[in-house]
Amino acid sequence: MPEVLRSIFSVDFVYSALRLTTPVLFAALGSLVADRAGVTNIGLEGIMLFSALTGVLGSAYSGSLFVGMLCGLVTGLFIALIMAYFSLQMKADIILTGVAMNLVATGGTVFILYSICGDKSVSTSLSSLVFPTIEIPLIRDIPVLGDILSGHNLLTYLSLVAVVVVWFFLEKSKPGLRIRSVGENAHAAESVGIHVRRVRYGALLLSGALASFGGMFLSMGMLTYFSKNMTAGRGYIALAAQALGNGSAIGTFFASLVFGCAEALSVSLQGVGLPPQFVQMVPYVATILGLVLYAALRKNTKKRVRKHKRRKRGSP
Amino acid sequence: MKHRTKDRPLPTNRQIETRFTLIRTLVAVGIALAGCLILILVVSEEPWDAFVAFLIGPLESGKNIATVFETAAPLVYSGLAVSVMFSCNQFNMAGEGALYIGGLVASAVAVKLSLPIVVHPILALLLGGVAGAVVCAVPGILKIKLGATEIVSSLMLNYIVLYLGVYILNYFLIDPAAGFPATERLPESAQLPTLIPRTHFHVGTILAFVLCAVVYLYLYKSKQGYAIRMVGQNEKFARYSGIGVGGTILSAQLAGGFLAGMGGASEVLGSYTRFQWVALPGYGFDGVIVATLAGNNPLLVPLGALFLGYLRVGADIMSRRSDVATEVLSIVQGTIILLVASKLFLQHIKHKYIVSVAEKRESLAAAAPEAAPEGGEANA
Repeated sequence: MPEVLRSIFSVDFVYSALRLTTPVLFAALGSLVADRAGVTNIGLEGIMLFSALTGVLGSAYSGSLFVGMLCGLVTGLFIALIMAYFSLQMKADIILTGVAMNLVATGGTVFILYSICGDKSVSTSLSSLVFPTIEIPLIRDIPVLGDILSGHNLLTYLSLVAVVVVWFFLEKSKPGLRIRSVGENAHAAESVGIHVRRVRYGALLLSGALASFGGMFLSMGMLTYFSKNMTAGRGYIALAAQALGNGSAIGTFFASLVFGCAEALSVSLQGVGLPPQFVQMVPYVATILGLVLYAALRKNTKKRVRKHKRRKRGSP
Repeated sequence: MKHRTKDRPLPTNRQIETRFTLIRTLVAVGIALAGCLILILVVSEEPWDAFVAFLIGPLESGKNIATVFETAAPLVYSGLAVSVMFSCNQFNMAGEGALYIGGLVASAVAVKLSLPIVVHPILALLLGGVAGAVVCAVPGILKIKLGATEIVSSLMLNYIVLYLGVYILNYFLIDPAAGFPATERLPESAQLPTLIPRTHFHVGTILAFVLCAVVYLYLYKSKQGYAIRMVGQNEKFARYSGIGVGGTILSAQLAGGFLAGMGGASEVLGSYTRFQWVALPGYGFDGVIVATLAGNNPLLVPLGALFLGYLRVGADIMSRRSDVATEVLSIVQGTIILLVASKLFLQHIKHKYIVSVAEKRESLAAAAPEAAPEGGEANA
């Protein structure tokens, strides 16, 4: 056990926690933007999976990382557009739409992979390009902090920037205000002339774009190839992270960090003699515990608020 | 009733509704298959052979038709499970985990207990069902007690159940002689007997179809089933009417989980010689497709399941005879869900039709004023 503790309190652990936070964080921010517009985006998992594949394909065939990134991004936008069309225009249930998209993604990615590479599980026959890692000058030289914060993948830094941008966008910008008002009360927003459907379209597209980077990080950052079902439920974990983040970008970041730590824990627990199945379970158990904790706290707050109101009414 | 004698009576609105639901589903399936054909055209060297194998293959021989039924059986179980849970408006996805754990528990009962024939599989099926019910109850309880969204918790639960199951398989039930992670051979006494030789058409397949009627009676003719559907349609109204919403939600999840667990048990006891699932079998999500196709109606679940089974067998034959991967099927399935779930899909045609029927009715009523004025009313 002390071995585990030593590995948890090591620089490597924090570094890998940050790294493993990245995909969940991107998707959770995507979920946040959609959720603030009143749309539950269950399809994040599918978007990530598709973008992970198309990013690899695009970069391998064009030889350009930028084109690969563009492919992944456009894929994410495209799937979000399909979801938006069916749920907003054709009035399909948003949950079913997302479930359908995820189904299409699990099989569809394998279908595309097999048609192109002749392999059903990995894309190793293609040489995908990878987002570069970046050494930050100055910070790199600070003893412990440098090892933790420097030398990450470009997308990891981008995800941290995205937290600030999404926060600013939602809380301080005009379109962000529209998104929030639509999510808060669509009828009220409509009555003051906000085009609810258009706002939701925008929110879903933005959500797809953010999630697509999460997917690309998996196949072009963490690994250097696409592998079947590589998202492993991260899109769903992101939904939980967003719920735990209580509707704010900063909260979502910290919640995602918790899941990143859970995953890093799962990695560092490997090889300490625990059955591997329990080790693999850690991130999912953490997610359920997180959901339960959040729900319990919220329920408690509601109860307190109600009690407070009653007391106020009682004493004039 | 004069106008009725002229030609066929005008359809009532309810008849139009039913007819259009059927047409919508068929059109959705048609569009999905057309899309699939285009995909096959793009990727295949011999697209026509592939498509023929896909659509005709399952019907080529009696054995293949039996295989369609056999493939449909677990889909019936999970389709029923999802129908019951979704009828209560709970997007509980734990049917997947429930089906997995049902198979595991049933095979544990099969290899660890020695019981006489008949009793053995029945006990295994029941305990498999109970294990499934426990799994599906968890997201339900979290929802009722704490308000945690059932969809995320149930999806996470599936992974936990899978890893727990693999752990139990690897540490308690594994047969080292098998050469791969699997239990010992399931004893003869526990297996569900095969009804058609050289296929896996077994007693559990028949049971699946019988259960559809049972679940229909439960959902549409029992007090609890009524409560479940009422909560599903309007939770607030149900609460106002004095229905215990929490208990109703929980009972729907328990019933759904039981069905899914039993489905896993039946699948393992009927079609496998050893339990060897080390990944989620995916039947739980297929249940969502079946339930969508059937509109959550248990009596239509067999049709949805048979159709999906037919597609699955077809895709399998296609992948063996041509260069198209079976996974093309998931695109068909996703498209069907999207289109069938779209409330406005073909809606304008239906509206036009309803309006034209109403106009006809009115003109008939005007032409025959002596006809009772309630005639039109009764039709509406």
